[in-house]
Amino acid sequence: MAHRLLSGMMNYSDASIASTIAPFLSLEGVRKTYPGVVALDGFSMEVRPGEVIGLVGENGAGKSTLMKILGGVTTPDTGTITVDGVAHDGLTVEASIGSGIAFVHQELNLFENLDVAANIFFGREPLRAGPLKLVDRARLRALAAPLLKRVGANFSTDTSVSALSLAQQQMVEIAKALSIEARLVILDEPTSSLPLAETDKLLDVIKALKAEGISVIFISHRLHEVERVADRVVVLRDGMLAGTLPKSAINHDQMVKLMIGRMLKEREKAAESARPPGMVALSAKAIRTNAYPDRPVDLSVRHGEILGLAGLVGSGRTELARVLFGIEKSLGGALQLDGKDLVLGSAADAVANGIFLVPEDRKLTGILLDLSIAQNISLPNLPAHARRSLVSVRAEAATAEKQKSNLGIKSPSVATRTGTLSGGNQQKVVLAKWLAMNPKVMILDEPTRGIDIGAKAEIYGLMRALADAGVAVLMISSDMEEVIGVSDRIAVMHEGQISGILDKEQFSQENVLLLAVGKQPR
Amino acid sequence: MSKKDLGLLILILVVGAVVAIINPRFLLPINLANTSNLIGLFGILAIGQAFVIITGGIELSVGSVVALLGVLFIDFIATRGMAWPVALPLILVLGGMIGLAHGWLITRLKLQPFVVTLCGLLIYRGVARFYTADGTAGFAFGQNFPELEFLTAGRSWGVPNSFIALIVIAMVMWVVLHRSVFGRYLYAIGKNEEAAKYSGIRTGRVVMAAYVICGVLTALSAIYFAMYTRSISPASHGQFYELYAIAAAVLGGFSLRGGEGSLIGVILGTVLLQELQNLVNLLGIPSSLNFAVMGGVILIGVLVDQQWGVFRERRRMLEATRKGTAGAAAE
Repeated sequence: MAHRLLSGMMNYSDASIASTIAPFLSLEGVRKTYPGVVALDGFSMEVRPGEVIGLVGENGAGKSTLMKILGGVTTPDTGTITVDGVAHDGLTVEASIGSGIAFVHQELNLFENLDVAANIFFGREPLRAGPLKLVDRARLRALAAPLLKRVGANFSTDTSVSALSLAQQQMVEIAKALSIEARLVILDEPTSSLPLAETDKLLDVIKALKAEGISVIFISHRLHEVERVADRVVVLRDGMLAGTLPKSAINHDQMVKLMIGRMLKEREKAAESARPPGMVALSAKAIRTNAYPDRPVDLSVRHGEILGLAGLVGSGRTELARVLFGIEKSLGGALQLDGKDLVLGSAADAVANGIFLVPEDRKLTGILLDLSIAQNISLPNLPAHARRSLVSVRAEAATAEKQKSNLGIKSPSVATRTGTLSGGNQQKVVLAKWLAMNPKVMILDEPTRGIDIGAKAEIYGLMRALADAGVAVLMISSDMEEVIGVSDRIAVMHEGQISGILDKEQFSQENVLLLAVGKQPR
Repeated sequence: MSKKDLGLLILILVVGAVVAIINPRFLLPINLANTSNLIGLFGILAIGQAFVIITGGIELSVGSVVALLGVLFIDFIATRGMAWPVALPLILVLGGMIGLAHGWLITRLKLQPFVVTLCGLLIYRGVARFYTADGTAGFAFGQNFPELEFLTAGRSWGVPNSFIALIVIAMVMWVVLHRSVFGRYLYAIGKNEEAAKYSGIRTGRVVMAAYVICGVLTALSAIYFAMYTRSISPASHGQFYELYAIAAAVLGGFSLRGGEGSLIGVILGTVLLQELQNLVNLLGIPSSLNFAVMGGVILIGVLVDQQWGVFRERRRMLEATRKGTAGAAAE
């Protein structure tokens, strides 16, 4: 297995952490209630210096509340938080920062228009003497450089943040944490938007932090990564400690079992195709996109199959999807749908032809957060829900009710604003609006990012049901387990081109990885 | 009618009652007729503006278009001898074409609405002044257009026909904005244009249509204004009218970010603005303070509305907390 190969170099053992050392952080019987919900209920854990804790749990298990308590944004109702030997009833933001707790959030808080050094010391810039208080650029750079070295960055302090990849931006965030002499760095879903190779870089940074004696809490839905870096795994379920796994007992199935209290079989079900793939539905011939204008892409997806599209972020997958959906113009090449030439001037053309996209960024492009579930579902097909151009609210509700029960969208009613739904339910609304319209080709870009395990399994099941109904499914994913577990074939992109297509018997993480970095599979 | 609209209506009635008590002349038929005529004229403008604002855009050239098209209309029928039933639709088409040009620049060439329509504001004002050689466009002595004058400046059962026109237009546009597929698209685009595009909506066309609607309604009101003033000096005619229209929309609950607001709201906003104008006149406030009063009221209105929202949100949270603790105690 590839991840085992890669992790071969990081052989640190349980013994490197002497359990006798006093914990840097310990929580005792922490309880926090919100209106109508008990978010945390008698939760206890401790973090020792230099220890990497994997914190896992489904969405809504209480992870965010725990983070808010540690960040001092909210205080627990009862319980004690001991940081560095000092006991608190609750932390303030100042106390949290002051005692060396630093956060790297899923959504990065960087100023894209500023350079790396300016971001690291934002608000704390070294100033020159004199009444004007000008920023001392030279010292700023000199202070930032060693921090970047510590996180193993290969870019300079003058680089504009907008020019960095996501993983590199996360390195800047971590460097920022180091600049305030953090002793505990909390990484909240840091890898959820990272491609494989970048993820490895980030995991290396975690190891570097650990080597310096800095503690890390690593929150992730990607259990294989947790498996690779964590010294100990803490599992949250329904606001309570579901269990703690020592290094030797950390494995995927154990974590899942603790997280949901049962074993999951849905993924295996999703992997089995009920029918042989049919004719080619959508094919791209020598399509060139903005990302790599000089690299033509050939790809075809057949009726009844799930074609996984793997590769590193930035390999041109999303751009390809945007061209196939007509949102972006191709710079050359041709598309065919069911053997007929297809010209897409806009997404409206793609929709009219039954080609639908579930985009990567759910909140910005997938749904309208201010509209109701019913309004979101009817939007792409509104004329069909109208009589003489006047919208029929009843027809809308009927369509939405049907999709709501088919997909198991959890909400009080179809008139509920989609902004109030959980990520998994929002994603189901995105799917529902297309399922209500007879898809021919369904393109899903990172369909399960930031979605909890239960909802993930349901979405896999839906994708398989679509394929079994003859729809051509193209799934872009950076989640290795997902690509291998769900696809019937896997196409891998490398720097704007398809570097290889794997059939079921060739599936392995290693092969996907090799193709993703432009090498031949074994 | 939403709660916001209801609040605005109550404010209008309260202000009206206070003014009526201080100066009973407020309720004289002649005053009410005059005010409702102005409401009609400005209301038509404001509805057009509302369609643009709902998409997250803005139309700043409205006042200049009123001047240019007004000048053209009077010139067509008074000096060029064009029959008014020909001139009227021609002016509406011209207004639509101006809107189309703005919409095209904004959606196809990706220019910002503010910039495009600001340039329009300058260009049309300049063209209007050039067209008349900075003179005044007006009717010759004794020139009469009885049917046109009845339709624009006349009254039926004591009610100004301009006001009746506004009511009819408002009803039609209410259906368009709040019930039609097109109206839903407008709101969707205003809320999140990118997501609307990803839902397969041809957003460019929809936004362009909004500017065309604004252009046509502006042209119609230009004709009304021309027939109301009967003579136009293009250097000042219609000045600041875009701001009246925008102010009415903002008072009526529109967000300049787009995606929010109702047709009833913008009408009520217009009513309140005209009521304030009237108030300045009737209460003997120096007319130089006119703008200051308007600005002050809009600021207070927006502030109250926003603070009320914050207050409600806080109360909702408190109630939920109380319920939550009660529930926890019951367990």
